[in-house]
Amino acid sequence: MTNEMNVLDPLQIAEAWYSEGRTVALATVIETWGSAPRPVGSHLVIDGDGNFQGSVSGGCVEGAVIAEAADVIDSGAAKILEFGVADETAWRVGLSCGGRIRVYLERVDG
Amino acid sequence: MKLETLQALNASRAARRAAVVVTDLQTGRAEAFVEGDRFPDEWSAVISGALRSGRPALAMIEERSLFINVHLPPPRLVVIGAVHISQALSRFAPVAGFDMTIIDPRTAFATTERFRDVELIAEWPDDVLAGRPLDRYTALAALTHDPKIDDYPIRAALEAGCFYVGALGSRKTHASRTERLQGAGVGQEAIERIKAPIGLDIGAASPVEIAVAILAEIIAALRNRDVDGQGGAR
Repeated sequence: MTNEMNVLDPLQIAEAWYSEGRTVALATVIETWGSAPRPVGSHLVIDGDGNFQGSVSGGCVEGAVIAEAADVIDSGAAKILEFGVADETAWRVGLSCGGRIRVYLERVDG
Repeated sequence: MKLETLQALNASRAARRAAVVVTDLQTGRAEAFVEGDRFPDEWSAVISGALRSGRPALAMIEERSLFINVHLPPPRLVVIGAVHISQALSRFAPVAGFDMTIIDPRTAFATTERFRDVELIAEWPDDVLAGRPLDRYTALAALTHDPKIDDYPIRAALEAGCFYVGALGSRKTHASRTERLQGAGVGQEAIERIKAPIGLDIGAASPVEIAVAILAEIIAALRNRDVDGQGGAR
């Protein structure tokens, strides 16, 4: 019955990081096919230095999302990323479970 | 996402209120809505559906590609009475995803030996609820039959808009309970929200079966609750 929030809550971290003056991007799983490791709605938060919390997969594609986050933080333009076995980058950053996911990546703006 | 949207969302979550964020995937514009708000007409159906099911959704509405994310507080189950039915509930309500607490001031009943896996508080419900109020994402099941213990938390649950309020007891027991609640100023509409006799009618006979019937009734109330009004449980 406690009202405690998880200290690893990506949305709380996004707000806290922003208030500390960091630049922040938020990634959200918006669609999954097959056996995707994290459900739709899951979040990963990334700052301008590449620090991150949360997850959009079981650790398989976070590296690629973090790399893309730098662009999104610079430009402010949101983008949609797709990962999976059918993707041409699958051999590099694919989902070993055989699933596919789409991730929406956006910047947090004041 | 705008910082103010993120802040509004986090404030709702901290207050244990259900919230949705609708993001236009082309423009990047995101808006947060809290359960009980009036939703824009064209989005009302998808927002209500997402709130009810707890599942995020993609939708194409008026040629706009939208992502609707849902943030539901984890449901809680507060059981008044450390009785045999509660022992059974304490085994499977947590498995079904409920954060369960049992309150019973009778220390003979409220022993950790009988309840290993859930929070157990051997104090009067009035004292416990004063510091830890009930809310719309809490189910309350009053199982002692004892008016001294059950009546106060039932009233508190109705006032808090708990999505489920159930009370154990025969029709006769419930009739006298109804009289007492009316005497205490509880309205008829609120009294009718009390599930009594408690549990779905599955012919449950043993305490374990009654616990199953209660949990099923709680899940039905959670999934069918009124998300766009102020009514709490229906």
